[in-house]
Amino acid sequence: MTAVVTATASGVIPRPYRVIHRHEDTADTVTLELDRAGEGLPEFGPGQFAMLTAYGIGEVPISLSGSRGTRLIHTIRAVGAVTRALCAAAPGEVIGVRGPFGTQWDVGAAAGHDVLVVAGGIGLAPLRPVVERLLADRLAYGRVAILVGARQPRELLYPGDLRRWATHVRVEVIVDRPAPGWRGRSGLVTELIPLAGVDAGRAVAYLCGPEVMMRATARALLDRGVAADRVWLSLERAMRCGAGWCGHCQLGPLLLCRDGPVVGYPVAEPLLNVREL
Amino acid sequence: MRTGDTAQLIDMTGLEALFGALHERDYTIVGPTVRDGTVTMAELETAAELPWGWAADTGPGHYRLRRRDDDAGFAHCAGPQSVKTFLHPPRARLWSADRTPDGVTTTGPEPPTKRYALVGVHPCDVAALAVLDRVLAHGEHPDPVYTARRDGTLVVTAECTEPGETCFCASMGTGPAATGGYDLALTELLDGGHRFLVRAGSPAGADLLERLPARPASPVDVAAADTAVQQAAATMPRRMPDGPLPELIAANRESPHWADVASRCLTCGNCTMVCPTCFCVSTTDVTDLTGEHAERWRQWDSCFSVDFSYVHGGPVRASGASRYRQWISHKLGTWHEQFGMSGCVGCGRCIAWCPAGIDITREAAALAGEPS
Repeated sequence: MTAVVTATASGVIPRPYRVIHRHEDTADTVTLELDRAGEGLPEFGPGQFAMLTAYGIGEVPISLSGSRGTRLIHTIRAVGAVTRALCAAAPGEVIGVRGPFGTQWDVGAAAGHDVLVVAGGIGLAPLRPVVERLLADRLAYGRVAILVGARQPRELLYPGDLRRWATHVRVEVIVDRPAPGWRGRSGLVTELIPLAGVDAGRAVAYLCGPEVMMRATARALLDRGVAADRVWLSLERAMRCGAGWCGHCQLGPLLLCRDGPVVGYPVAEPLLNVREL
Repeated sequence: MRTGDTAQLIDMTGLEALFGALHERDYTIVGPTVRDGTVTMAELETAAELPWGWAADTGPGHYRLRRRDDDAGFAHCAGPQSVKTFLHPPRARLWSADRTPDGVTTTGPEPPTKRYALVGVHPCDVAALAVLDRVLAHGEHPDPVYTARRDGTLVVTAECTEPGETCFCASMGTGPAATGGYDLALTELLDGGHRFLVRAGSPAGADLLERLPARPASPVDVAAADTAVQQAAATMPRRMPDGPLPELIAANRESPHWADVASRCLTCGNCTMVCPTCFCVSTTDVTDLTGEHAERWRQWDSCFSVDFSYVHGGPVRASGASRYRQWISHKLGTWHEQFGMSGCVGCGRCIAWCPAGIDITREAAALAGEPS
């Protein structure tokens, strides 16, 4: 039976992108600005991810952390062979990019609402495009608060952005382990929620960080009266294809490359509550 | 139904003619044959290579060939291999890339050199092809390796007239009758002369059938074929529990039964390798010594491997219990939510080729609270 149409191979072939800027955010985290070195990819939405290839080493899923025209910005933490190679990529080097993949933060749907952005660690990276979108259309939203947690002061991402954002909206930062000289708050990101100054009854929340942090944050938000279906999480699992056919990114009924990474809390909650699902 | 104008009858000469017609059209024929003590799927030159006179005895953790006292060629139940091997190859190169002064030049997967005619595929495996089509070809990002092989593939199914001990296709609605997804359907008849009822399921099948030395099937032949297939359904020893499996599975995520299965499961992954619908793959990037040339290879993976769920920091599913739960939950439950259909076609391979003899129908029955 000639039941199927032959797919083009373009979806599995990484497009070459050249590193334009490389910025060391922390000891293990680097932000790369990439420009196409050939045919570019379609526009990425906030929350979507790319599969980044370090040629000859491998491929990993990395969320978009910003864009500049057709340029893609990705923030990468070196935790394995591929991410170490990507973090080491110097300006001029070519890496491979596929995408965009996955669901988006539907920032437009938050118009008229208060907005709470809660990030833990590198979880701030996929949320940065959300904040930029909120600020670009600031009057469309109610009160906006950005709550950022990090393990240590030296692991805080985007300090320049945080200062800039703080001139427009409320930005609160907290660290688990304060270092000498740290004059800010210490503790868990959930402790910032009472400081957000948003109306829980009309708030939309975007969460990204370690799963344990997102679960605790979501529960705390619901306790304060935020509607469960206005809480959105960005979830992470292993991924090999981004296209829904490698099987690695399953979380129960979800294929996170397709049905995620951005997932509503009512869907995510019962799944995250099951160990080793 | 086997009635209608298209029901024709061919004999062994007709079957040989079918092979000849397929070769003439440049098909590479893949069909069942006896090899390594099993009925396996392989490239065939002639109809003589089909497993005439062989059957297979199967059971939990058990598969043995058996000589039949007749010459049936399609009366064997599923062997260790399905046509998945040919359309979704165990190993495939996704691309190769060379560094150039301007960047990188990348070449995609090599187009297939063969166009397959899959002959003698049982209805459970035809149903498995529909599952693979849904997963690999009908999503937003189709798999180019699979679709290039699948497109133009011809399917000649052989209805199942003798299910094995491990078969349960009747309860999955995928057999033993051929109900779609084929170009030609054969039903083997033995009493009153070795012959095959043939029906066309597509224009390509009808065109082929016209070239064969066939005669219209008599009502007696059609009735005999009906009876043989109905008999197969009626005598099928295993079945899936009734009721909606996705709900059953979802309600049992925290069941103590997973620990019970884990005490028997070796997490070897055999079930995923023999399964005709298990599609999961991993990728490996390689380079040459100069570092100027890189390739990405894809190979079958299994949710039973610890690395399968690895994210930085460790595997999500470290315990054997969680990995078995993932497999059966996906196959019978979450597949519906992901792809709108079951991931299980009832071929029974996972039961026969499990070294511990774990039986997916019994585990599902245990979850459903049915007495074992």
